[in-house]
Amino acid sequence: MSHVLKNLTVKVWRQDGPTAKGNFETHVIDSITDEASFLEMLDVLNERLIADGKEAVVFDHDCREGICGTCSLMINGQAHGPQRATTTCQLHMRSFKSNDTIVIEPWRAGAFPIVKDLMVDRSAFDRIVESGGYITSPTGGAPDANLIPVPKPVADASMDSAACIGCGACVAACPNGAANLFVGAKIAHLNLLPQGQAERFKRAEAMVDTMDEHFGSCTNHGECSAACPKEISLDVIALMNKDYRSAKFKNRKELSRN
Amino acid sequence: MTMLEDRSTTNAKLNSKVPAGALADKWDTFKANAKLVNPNNKRKFKVIVVGTGLAGASAAATLAELGYQVDAFTFHDSARRAHSIAAQGGINAAKNYQGDGDSVSRLFTDTIKGGDFRSREGNVYRLAQVSVNIIDQMVAQGVPFAREYGGLLDNRSFGGAQVSRTFYARGQTGQQLLLGAYQQLSRQIGLGGVRLFNRCELVDVVVIDGRAAGIVTRDLLTGQVTSHAAHAVVLATGGYGNVYFLSTNAMNCNVTAAWRAHRRGAYFANPCFTQIHPTCIPQADETQSKLTLMSESLRNDGRVWVPKNADETRPAHQIPEEDRDYYLERLYPSYGNLAPRDISSRAAKRLVDRGQGVGPLKNGVYLDFSAAINRLGRNVVEERYGNLFEMYERIAGENPYQVPMRIYPATHYTMGGLWVDYELQTTIPGLYAAGEANFSDHGANRLGASALMQGLADGYFVLPYTISNGLAPLLNKSVPGTDHPEFKRVEAEARDRYQAYINVKGTRSPDYFHRELGKIIWDYCGMERDRNGLEKAISEIPALYDEFKKDLRVTGTGEGVNQTLEKAGRVDDFFQLGMLMCKDALTREESAGGHFRVEYQTAEGEAQRDDENYCHVAAWEWTGDANNATRHEEQLSFETLQLATRSYK
Repeated sequence: MSHVLKNLTVKVWRQDGPTAKGNFETHVIDSITDEASFLEMLDVLNERLIADGKEAVVFDHDCREGICGTCSLMINGQAHGPQRATTTCQLHMRSFKSNDTIVIEPWRAGAFPIVKDLMVDRSAFDRIVESGGYITSPTGGAPDANLIPVPKPVADASMDSAACIGCGACVAACPNGAANLFVGAKIAHLNLLPQGQAERFKRAEAMVDTMDEHFGSCTNHGECSAACPKEISLDVIALMNKDYRSAKFKNRKELSRN
Repeated sequence: MTMLEDRSTTNAKLNSKVPAGALADKWDTFKANAKLVNPNNKRKFKVIVVGTGLAGASAAATLAELGYQVDAFTFHDSARRAHSIAAQGGINAAKNYQGDGDSVSRLFTDTIKGGDFRSREGNVYRLAQVSVNIIDQMVAQGVPFAREYGGLLDNRSFGGAQVSRTFYARGQTGQQLLLGAYQQLSRQIGLGGVRLFNRCELVDVVVIDGRAAGIVTRDLLTGQVTSHAAHAVVLATGGYGNVYFLSTNAMNCNVTAAWRAHRRGAYFANPCFTQIHPTCIPQADETQSKLTLMSESLRNDGRVWVPKNADETRPAHQIPEEDRDYYLERLYPSYGNLAPRDISSRAAKRLVDRGQGVGPLKNGVYLDFSAAINRLGRNVVEERYGNLFEMYERIAGENPYQVPMRIYPATHYTMGGLWVDYELQTTIPGLYAAGEANFSDHGANRLGASALMQGLADGYFVLPYTISNGLAPLLNKSVPGTDHPEFKRVEAEARDRYQAYINVKGTRSPDYFHRELGKIIWDYCGMERDRNGLEKAISEIPALYDEFKKDLRVTGTGEGVNQTLEKAGRVDDFFQLGMLMCKDALTREESAGGHFRVEYQTAEGEAQRDDENYCHVAAWEWTGDANNATRHEEQLSFETLQLATRSYK
């Protein structure tokens, strides 16, 4: 079942720090099993670099189960590589063949400065959530969980948006470096739920405004959704725009009157 | 009982402080008598929370809402990435929304029994009580739990329970709960109630005059070592499963925070109580860096089997029913495929050891959904487990709708951890431990869907009360600041430690040593343990540790990002913990839950407890030498439940 790949040329981006000049470094992986994950291939490369007395390639990774959103590699020009709906850590070497050249870069976006090698700073995402990506519900005062029924289609649509792992592939894939898919997903998750209605417009306004401080503008390319490992739909951007527009003229004193 | 020489009598520090009175009243009694801090005075107190998983994020957010100044620390780039996020199956709560006979006392009973009577009754009862508040809280925060068509919450059943009390959000329950807590934490960060230090790792705990005075951290971006002082410190830093190298933990999970606290005086309890999860994807090759868990919820609808014949060569679908052994259904008819984790895991190991394993390396058992697909239809199965099936296919390269999954047990969770009392305070006053980092609620074995429950219970509903109780007497008293000489001394020690890793200039990477250490621990202190193996481990680990100290190679420098250096520090601490684990396993001369000593089993091969001699918590005190810790005991008494042998037959 398993199969060995031979003679892979790996061109990996090396950069000492945010302001340093970077360059591609070329390595040859003589052989590796196709059962290995992409990051395990990098582990093998790093072990070899250490054995040669060189610094290991820095890259972000953690759960290696496709859920924490930490890993973030541009592989042959595609965010998270060639496999649809798959994070870098879940990509396996069976997606490649012997003698392939694999180009590995960090996310490239104005709002995600490079920290070192393949590691970038995505904290602009956190700033957006801090500005309004929550339901104000201090611990202790919550009513019974079944008090407010949530129709199943609503819960499902909210869950579809909440599946976003915050990896930033959408931004990396966007020619404008826009974060609309991420922010749209965050807003849709909460704005669809009955529990999220009290702050619905305030939330949309605050998050979009913070997004605009950091990221480029959306011009509807759709690359974000194509690159998204959780297949978040472009619909969330439409929902965000709708709520943002409403937020601008909604009289919030009449929120409870629909 | 040859190890009696290092067993001392009950230690005065091990006062559990469980309130007197009936079990059901203890928590109310505590809350009614706890000292409070007036709202205007809360801002005078600073609390450090290390870790931003479920326990840490919920504690930090709640403490900030109450008005305390909170400094939160995570080594991740964002608070949202903590490993709580990877929990799939669900969270238990005694809501009894299904009307199927659940109650607080039943959840309590299941948890105590599941933990093989090695947990503390008072803590566990409280956990069951606050479980219902967690669901309310998380729904209010916008966690999109699965719903019925009428809009009410849906539940599923889980191993070790005969009721449906598990709430879930597809196969991403941990992610959704963590996002809930992270959002609440983010709100406090935005409001200025919490200062978050990301990409910042705890490297030591500072104790002054017997009380936790703060922590020393290392900035992972700059290598800078810094002191932080506080009135109280909470460690919510997760478990130590990565001591095995291969586990379902995330790559960066480590024991450093808990271990450094241990070295400063916090007792470490029951380190040998580790949990092996029965449903992980078997190891495929030698480059494997971690194992992936497939949610235990799959066992609701999947049937576990192996071929009856060890020489079986046919593919699964060609093996007729009469040649299959559905061994969980055969051995444990009343629980069947939902038998508890430890029991299911050992059953799988025995069959694989006997040569009945499946897959190219014969290192797994089948988890078969064909009956469920026939009964429920593919759509229903997809609805319940779609993302898990996709994940399996991505990793294993096989489609589980067509061929059975292959699964095998892997290390998943650690029940042991820092010893804490009823207030979740360690043996260092002012230092608290929450979530997987403490030992208190799961005994020798944790039930599925109970880790999320415990993390959130500790952070939302326990610590805010107990920390206030601990802080109130400190009002208007001065505490040491970071200019205190002890902070300077610990800082210098930490700097020296990290420089020392670089200075070894040997030939082997930290990962090499981690892998080798993991093999020893897995072989001798894994799913089954015995005296010979443990003694062997206890002699092999120090030898490997010596080699680590002499032959480690860390390339690069201590300034700027250096993941190899980070790893070296974590592996160092795993070595020391590994020795303690094996020693704990050796001195616990019984089998209980996840701790299975081959010498102590029934005729049927089940775990045999020794309640007369081991109905206690083993709490270890650091003595300066990792191989020579002192063992203390906290006796466990069961007032409500009768000590009984677990039977899932």
